[in-house]
Parts: sequence; structure tokens; C-alpha cells
Amino acid sequence: MGQAQPSWDVLSDVQQLLHFHFMQNALLAGTMVALAAGVVGYFVVLRGQSFASHTLSQVGFPGAAAALLLGLAPQVGLVAFCLSAAIGIGLLPGLIGGGYRSESGAIGVILAFSLALGLLFFHLYTGFADTLLAYLFGTFLGIDDQQVLIVALTAAMTLAAMVAIGRPLLFSSIDAEAAAARGVPARALALVFLVLLGLAVAISVQLIGTLLTFALIVTPAAAAQQLTTRPGLGIALSTVVALLTIWGGLGVAYFTVYPVGFFVTSLAFAAYLAARAVRWSRDGGMSRWRRRGLRRA
Amino acid sequence: MNDSRPRPDAGPAAIVLDRAGVVLDGRVIWDDVSLTIAQGDFVAVLGPNGAGKTTLFKAILGLLPLHRGSITVLGQPVRRGNPRIGYLAQRRTFDSDLRIRARDIVRLGLEGARWGVPLPVLGAVQRHQDRRKVSEVIDLVGAAGYADRAIGELSGGEQQRLLIAQALVAEPRILLLDEPLDSLDPSNQQGVAALVHRICVERGVTVLLIAHDVNTILTYLDGVIYVAQGRSLTGRVDDVITTASLSRLYGAPIEVLRTSDGRLVVIGQPDSVTYHFRGA
Repeated sequence: MGQAQPSWDVLSDVQQLLHFHFMQNALLAGTMVALAAGVVGYFVVLRGQSFASHTLSQVGFPGAAAALLLGLAPQVGLVAFCLSAAIGIGLLPGLIGGGYRSESGAIGVILAFSLALGLLFFHLYTGFADTLLAYLFGTFLGIDDQQVLIVALTAAMTLAAMVAIGRPLLFSSIDAEAAAARGVPARALALVFLVLLGLAVAISVQLIGTLLTFALIVTPAAAAQQLTTRPGLGIALSTVVALLTIWGGLGVAYFTVYPVGFFVTSLAFAAYLAARAVRWSRDGGMSRWRRRGLRRA
Repeated sequence: MNDSRPRPDAGPAAIVLDRAGVVLDGRVIWDDVSLTIAQGDFVAVLGPNGAGKTTLFKAILGLLPLHRGSITVLGQPVRRGNPRIGYLAQRRTFDSDLRIRARDIVRLGLEGARWGVPLPVLGAVQRHQDRRKVSEVIDLVGAAGYADRAIGELSGGEQQRLLIAQALVAEPRILLLDEPLDSLDPSNQQGVAALVHRICVERGVTVLLIAHDVNTILTYLDGVIYVAQGRSLTGRVDDVITTASLSRLYGAPIEVLRTSDGRLVVIGQPDSVTYHFRGA
């Protein structure tokens, strides 16, 4: 990497990007990851589970490291750790409804311990350090066809499940008691949702890295919720922002030596700032500030 | 209960409790409660905090198992998720940063319990009908002016009207409203109480409403359920809220006074001196 130079002719740059098989694979996997992250992320932000999503993406690292230590494929450990952490968080008592605040302590404990495990496994691992570091920072190099297939199938499964539970999940995320009275199994849904979040995180980690995966889950959705209060439109916007940041991030990363996670996160952050600016100006912008200033004086 | 006005239909009673009892965590909430609510009645559920008023609603909704006895809703045994019951849970307000349009909150009352998504073509007709129903019910509660704003930005009274619309949109035969008036200022209390009464009369919906201040709704009531000391007392307001019957229910001296403007004041309840003396 690094030798590739952008020609500033966008069309030929894109052609150059799509020319290489590894880039095609990265874009395919990235697209599927963004679709899953955009949809799941909307509910993460709505339910106030950003911290849980951060924790789930962090446990991917000790997972991958443990698998490497045991001589297994790192993806196996990644998925196993993400899913067990998701179920673990989901089984915490009282997670139903708006009770996430009291659970943040328990989730924090899981996060801390998973980081400690990651440190230990990294210390014990005598192999090529870059293999492991790739899981921390992510890499879009060397995603083979089989991995693309696994990512695509997992994302498709996650999306299908989200479509199936979408409306009851929305109901119980907003108003757990009213939903329960109408027969929505809020507790079971909360657990299923965490498992789907675990899957979405697990497929994002390889591309973006455990450190920044939750940025792709949380930021596009947070931007979307600044722009609209309509759930359907919000989910669509969240997905579009996730897609644009992944495509943009991969495109820029191809022409530079810097990690893809940085660009994806930065683009998502820029989208969030832009969304806040749009909402601010829609809500009255400068004139409201001036009014407030007058009132204070 | 008193049948002063025509009933929507002479079908089975809206709610029948037969010697029902609920035990939670080994504690008897109430036991041996028998009562019958006729269809179309407007009934207040009264009693001190912790007496089991919300528990009564949850039992009718099928969310809590009965220790013994039975509950029948519109002639059928209770079941969870019964679409013929609309429920408004006890709450303060939504978080002010909840970025969901009020109209979509109402819509969840209609489709929030449906799995999957509607098919593109077949679903179009249903979607159109659903949208009309949501708009109708928003008009009914008088919330059309702010239904397209984020729910978190609205006042308590506005939110309460929209939640009543949510409970009403699936066209239930019974409305269970848990303290819909208590977090509102006096003028909003009057407005929401009048709205609920109108729904009861115009749509023939049976209404059970948990309240702390019976005076706001006194003129609308067909009857009251008074829950206290693990037991209950049901009947017309004038029969239940009296010195004699409340003293018997509590097993302690209770005094009911009527003020010159007809308001009721209950004195001597264990947890509060002037329980019903509030507001307006």
C-alpha cells in the first residue's frame, strides 16, 4: 500500500479500486457490514445501548487472540466471544425497559475483564503480532472469497431477523410496558436483539477493528436520529450513512497507508456533526441563540 | 352498577373477577376479590399507594398469574396480549431526547405487536387503512396540532393524550388507564377526564381508570372499585365512598366528608390524611 496514487479523476480512481480482487472483496464485505450495522445501530441508539455495543466490539479482540492461541481460526473465537458476551449482557437482570443505566456497571465489568484477557492473550501469543493487531485496528487486505461469503450470509441473516422483529422491537424499545401489555415478549426480544448486535459486531471487526467497530454501529444511527423522528426513514438514513462512510473509508484507505478504521470513523463523525448542524439550523439556529442571549441579558 | 344510560350491547360483562387473588414474592397483594364491570361503564379504581391497583390491571391484562380464582374478559378467560384491551401504563413522561415522532408512537398501538413487515402490494391497502385509523384517533384526542413533532418535546398533557390515542387505535372494547391524570395540571386533568368520558360514551368503551383524586371524574363515574388492605369494594360512588363502608374495608375508623361543592374528602387512611383532597 502507499504506492497507489489517486489521479483525482474520480472515475478512473474508482476503476482502479474495483480492478483488484481484494478490493472487490473488501467492498462487498464492507457493504454487507454497513447494511447490518446501519439497521442494528438505529435500535442501539434508540435503546440507549451504545455502551453495550462498545463492549461487544471490544470482546472480539480477546476472542480472536484466544482462538489463535488454541490454534483455531481467529474468526471462530471472535464470533464465540461476541455471542457469549451478548447473551451474558442479555441475561443481566432487569435489562427490560429503560433499566439500562443500572446495568452499565455490570457491562463495564465485562468490558474491563475482556480487555484484561486481551492483554494476557496478546502477551502469551508468540506468533506474528500483526495477525493479532489486525483485529485491533482492522484490515481490508486479504479478505478471501470464503470470508466474504460468511460475512454476507451473516449480514443477510441479521437483516432478515431484524425485519421479522422490527416493529415489536421498536414498540418495546420505546415503551416496554405498553408493548408487554399487547403481548410483545420484551425480555426475549431484548436478548435476541443483543445476539443480532453481537453478530453485526463480529462481522464488522475484521474490517474496522475491535477498537472502532462500535463507531460504525453508533455514529450513523445517531446522525440519522438527529435528522428525522420517523423510524422507517431513520433506519434508511442510518443505513445510507453507514454505507457512504464504509465506501468512502475504504476508498481513501486504499490510496493511503493509514488504517481504514480511522477514515470510516472520521467520515461517520463528520456526518454526525453535519446532522447536528442541520437540526440546529432547522430548530431556529442562530436566531434562537440570539433570543436566548437576550433573555439572559 | 347503575344503568342510567343505554348500553352499546347486552353482551357478556366486560370484566368479571371471581374470588381472584394475586400473590407476588410470597406477599398477598389482594385476595378473594369478586366484582363485575358491565360493558360501557366508566369506573374509577381507588385506594392507597401499594394497595394493588396496578396489580389489578396487570392481572386483567394476563401479565400476572392468579394465585386462585378466575378473571373473565368479555366472556373469555384472560389472555396475554388481548387486542380488545387498551392499556395506558403509569408513567411520568418520555425522555425529552427521545427522537420519535408522536404519530409513530400512536401507530405502534396498531402495528407494534405485528411481526414482520407488510408485503409491498398487499400491504399497501392495509397501510392506507392503518394510516387513516391513526389520523382519526389523533383527531379524536385533539392532538392533530402536534402529532408530527418528536414525543419527547411535548408537554405531559400532550403526551398523555397521544398515549390514550395509542391505547385506543386498535379499537379496544376496554380501556385500562393507570393514573392518566396524576401528572397533569388541573386544567389538563379536566380536559383528559372529559376526553376519556367522551370516548366511553361515544364509542361504548368500558373504562377503568386509576385515580388518586376522585373529584375530577366524580360526575362521569358509573362506579368505583376501592382497593385496600388486600381486599376490594365495588359499587356506586355513593355506596362505596362512605364512612361506614370504608371503615369496614380498612378495619379502622375512616371518615368521608362531602364539601359544600360536592367534593369528597376521605380522612383517616393509614398512609395519608386527606387523600382525595387535591387539585382543581
